[in-house]
Amino acid sequence: MSPTLTDAGVATSEPSDGLAVLEGRGSTAETFGIPLAVLAELTHRCPLQCPYCSNPVELDRGSSELSTEEWKKVLSELAEIGVLQIHFSGGEPTARKDLVELVQHASDVGLYSNLITSAVLLTREKLSALADAGLCHLQISFQGNEPVVADRVAGLKDAHEKKIKVAKWTRELDLPLTVNAVMHRQNLHQLSDIIQMAVDLDADRLEVANVQYYGWALKNRAALMPTLAQIEETSRIVEEAEVRLKGVLAIDYVVPDYYALRPKKCMGGWGRQFFNISPAGKILPCHAAESITGLEFLSVRSNHSIAWIWQNSEAFNRYRGTGWMPEPCKSCEFREVDFGGCRCQAFALTGDAGNTDPACTLSPMHEQIFKLAEAEAADNNNRFIYRNFAGGTPETDGEHGA
Amino acid sequence: MAGSRNISVSEASRPVLPRHAKLKFDETRQVWVILAPERVLAPDEIAVEVLKLCDGVRSVGEMIDQFAAKYTADRGAIAIDVIAMLQDLADKGFLTEAREKTS
Repeated sequence: MSPTLTDAGVATSEPSDGLAVLEGRGSTAETFGIPLAVLAELTHRCPLQCPYCSNPVELDRGSSELSTEEWKKVLSELAEIGVLQIHFSGGEPTARKDLVELVQHASDVGLYSNLITSAVLLTREKLSALADAGLCHLQISFQGNEPVVADRVAGLKDAHEKKIKVAKWTRELDLPLTVNAVMHRQNLHQLSDIIQMAVDLDADRLEVANVQYYGWALKNRAALMPTLAQIEETSRIVEEAEVRLKGVLAIDYVVPDYYALRPKKCMGGWGRQFFNISPAGKILPCHAAESITGLEFLSVRSNHSIAWIWQNSEAFNRYRGTGWMPEPCKSCEFREVDFGGCRCQAFALTGDAGNTDPACTLSPMHEQIFKLAEAEAADNNNRFIYRNFAGGTPETDGEHGA
Repeated sequence: MAGSRNISVSEASRPVLPRHAKLKFDETRQVWVILAPERVLAPDEIAVEVLKLCDGVRSVGEMIDQFAAKYTADRGAIAIDVIAMLQDLADKGFLTEAREKTS
């Protein structure tokens, strides 16, 4: 309505991935500036075992993580080249003992800092120290609206109760709060209650993010894939809540793309608006990119600058723009709308990251994928494979780590 | 619940940017931006001018006086525009009321 603010972001495309970008005026497929926001995955260590974890199945060990000094150097370099926001994520970023120091450094170099956390390791003192260090925003993940479902999904006893406690401290300390709810077949029935929980917690934002199926989530697809009926109900609930809670709670909604007609504009296009840094210091086009074999990702430990890696490395240039596209993308009128969808999903489902994302109806594989999703959802096999450093542990009767 | 939100802007209001919204000049791109969770917004020139005055101390009435004098324009017309703009920013969550102030 108001021309006062130009939404420089494309935040609606994938809020769970934590980015928004100031696009160049009249940007074309081939243009890319330095990203406005960068995701720093400080560690892959995490006390939770969520079966849809967005980390790669091959996790970085603690021993390979960047040191405090290395991360500080990275933060300084990011601010210098024009990055404005830093999202501290993981794994569980609070598992890093130097988190307060890193947040303080981000503040010192002028970065807007956001903490994406499971919250279970936070104490009130720690949270207060983070606020004092200049943390701008906190995002807490929730696995449900009550402990039975939530603790089972997280694979951690008493996790839900702890999250509620931390969310309350967050607001007491006057830190802005986003509730991130990752949704799938086994918790979608709680959506209305999760929305109410976010209101009761006095959250500013709620992300209703349907699971995206790569890595761990792909391993667990049969246990997580919603039914089409659930998705229809979800959209209805979200739309109703958006109207009812206008000005009280902002809701970002990520649809599951297996049921979509058009693929998502993943990462705003490969190498166009976003990169993340893995615990070991690799600069990646997205947090799942390491799942694509045959691409070499350079590290901040290499003798190249971050800006050089972003602009010149082979991995970033491989799927940048539209030149790499095969048909049906190549001649598609939407090629600069969705950039062919998600490279990681194309790789996971077709074996070639250079194919059209099968989430697109124009992909020859779309029908097959859609039917598979429907069949898996109907099968209702609910056992999880929990995420851990051992490559995953199957859930057993009466034993789910929680 | 959500006591700090849904503010109604009047001449007595003393708006301020909440902690999660930071107004900053982006040296790299040479534009003013508002940094917010998951978003970066580009306010236009007038919005920047207004937002810079939102310090939680200055009242909206004082801002209007300032603009009316600066642009030698009709105070009533300025008031309508400024309040509408601030209300819009407040509705989007980029302005809040200074804490101790009850208006």
